[in-house]
Amino acid sequence: MLYRDSGQFKSTYEDDRAIFPIAQDRYAMLALLAVAFVAVPILGNDYWLRSIFTPFLIYSLAAIGLNILTGYAGQVSLGAGGFMAVGAFSVYNLLVRVPEINFILALVFGGLVAAAVGALFGIPSLRIKGLYLMVATLAAQFFIEWSFTKFPWFTNYAPSGVISATPIDMFGWKVEESWERYVLALAVVTAMALVAKNLVRGSIGRSWMAIRDMDVAAEIIGIQPMQTKLLAFAVSSFYCGVAGALWAYLYLGTVEPVAFGINTSFQILFMIIIGGLGSILGSFLGAGFIILLPIFINIAGTGLGLNLSTAFISHMEFIIFGSLIILFLIVEPHGLARLWQIAKEKLRLWPFPY
Amino acid sequence: MSQAAWRNISIGVSGFIVLGLGALVIANPGKIFFSWTFFFEVLIGGLLAGTLYSLVALGFVLIFKASGVFNFAQGAMTLFAALSLVRLIEITNSILLSMALTVVIMMALAYVIERLVLRPLVNQDVIIMFMATIGMTFLIDGFGQLVWGSDVYPLNLGIPQDPFEVQGVLLNQFDLVAGAVAALLVAVLAVFFQKTRIGRALRAVADDNQAALSVGIPLRHIWFIVWTVSGLVALVAGIMWGTKSGVQFSLALIALKALPVLILGGLTSIPGAIIGGLIVGAGEKLAEVFIGPLFGGAIENWFAYVLALLFLLFRPQGLFGEKIIERV
Repeated sequence: MLYRDSGQFKSTYEDDRAIFPIAQDRYAMLALLAVAFVAVPILGNDYWLRSIFTPFLIYSLAAIGLNILTGYAGQVSLGAGGFMAVGAFSVYNLLVRVPEINFILALVFGGLVAAAVGALFGIPSLRIKGLYLMVATLAAQFFIEWSFTKFPWFTNYAPSGVISATPIDMFGWKVEESWERYVLALAVVTAMALVAKNLVRGSIGRSWMAIRDMDVAAEIIGIQPMQTKLLAFAVSSFYCGVAGALWAYLYLGTVEPVAFGINTSFQILFMIIIGGLGSILGSFLGAGFIILLPIFINIAGTGLGLNLSTAFISHMEFIIFGSLIILFLIVEPHGLARLWQIAKEKLRLWPFPY
Repeated sequence: MSQAAWRNISIGVSGFIVLGLGALVIANPGKIFFSWTFFFEVLIGGLLAGTLYSLVALGFVLIFKASGVFNFAQGAMTLFAALSLVRLIEITNSILLSMALTVVIMMALAYVIERLVLRPLVNQDVIIMFMATIGMTFLIDGFGQLVWGSDVYPLNLGIPQDPFEVQGVLLNQFDLVAGAVAALLVAVLAVFFQKTRIGRALRAVADDNQAALSVGIPLRHIWFIVWTVSGLVALVAGIMWGTKSGVQFSLALIALKALPVLILGGLTSIPGAIIGGLIVGAGEKLAEVFIGPLFGGAIENWFAYVLALLFLLFRPQGLFGEKIIERV
């Protein structure tokens, strides 16, 4: 009834190209942003802001990054954690050595360094693909982790090899409280998600998808595989790098390279499989799902009056993740995002059958 | 980019790395201790450790050959088999009975995988299948540890572990046993593949799924058999690793080490898996001992991957693999 697009005419090309062509979607999105920017920081308590909303946003950003590479450009990567580490450590090094620089500029710098490293490790993708490429990205993951552990320069000669985030101060705004961290993360993620959405809708995104679907055909219609693939690696790593820096500065506070290990890479891969390969919305849904699942298992266990050990919960998590991934691949390879789309289609007709 | 340009770039990059390493070695004469006895000790230790990688890689190759699925869950299966065996020995107090039970468990696992994962996903993209096996990895890891517990369990099947000396080179009996077991396993598999009826069917399926189906080879049975066989290979690998370092979660992670082994040996070659394992094992030990000190050590963690990466530039199909790489 409410979700109806009859009477909404597209009379200009701009209307036709809008991200949300249906008015209800636009209002819903604006309402969501208003809630996220205003209501959540005011109403949310410290625990929710610090341990759920902030990591959710940052994971979403990393998932968008990996989704660009794997979902849109079709290059499977297990190196997302490594590129996050590059972002975190380069922002740290810049801020330690040049403390007066603005945090946003530092984030951009971190992203650019990660993009350069990503493009470097993306070079093998010009020659190999699929499983072989995955091994190459694994090499990136382990090599990056190792170099941050072994070369003390990266950690500014910290004796324990752990970096602690310096206080963030930008435009006279000291980001300290958990709601301030949340708002900063939200602002960065909103801006970058918007850019990503427009990238994948535009000619660059189309060439990524062409390469993904059939590289030989893409080359024949004039898409240069080398530039397109390397660009996908660079943009993806840029997103992962910024996410890594936010992870270190807004969420953890102190970081050691292990925090960006192979498990992080797997987790982000799961987010995009469950959320939806090749969908920006799916990155958010997948990240939310993976953050909330352990909490949900915990609550469900307590609710049933069971006294569950942490080991039991973590094993259950493994089992549920595993089964869900198989289930999604079999039943709905396009993930939660596709389910959402189906729901919207149904809603447009509801309550009439056609 | 043209073939020749690639070759030049590859040669340039590798040459640069070799020269750099050479310069490092010459510039740091004091840091590295070198003697031929020591060299051989490290080399043989590495080769024998490599046989353990080979055992895991073997399971990958078997499944890849027969169903084109790259089974990431091989490491998880190794852990699961070893865990089952250890805990069953604790319960039944009989090694033989536990072995038999573990074999039954691995067969059940193969059946469940074939029925619930492979059959619904038949004809899907290689990458989709691969991601499904990642899901399986987590499922098996979680399930195994939920049922059998997640501590470190020592495994002792009476394999001797005493070191002894040959010509001044220190060897471990256990490593020799592991080498012998690997050799035996390859021999048995070779006979199984070449001489038996089932083996012939397996090779037919590996060659062409559809042709095999049309001459009446039941694909589902074949998959079940292949996954069972690789489950048994996982059991053998699990026993060897478990005896060496205790049965624990880190066993599941050796699957990641088997990836470069496969790249080196080729995804479709059984001898390739063995030789790739030996190269990776020896290479990483030698690198760790003789080059590692220049970088502050622990290069074992990534050496194999970088080796595989360099290999990909020159010979993407591996040492013995079929040429299946498409150029883009």
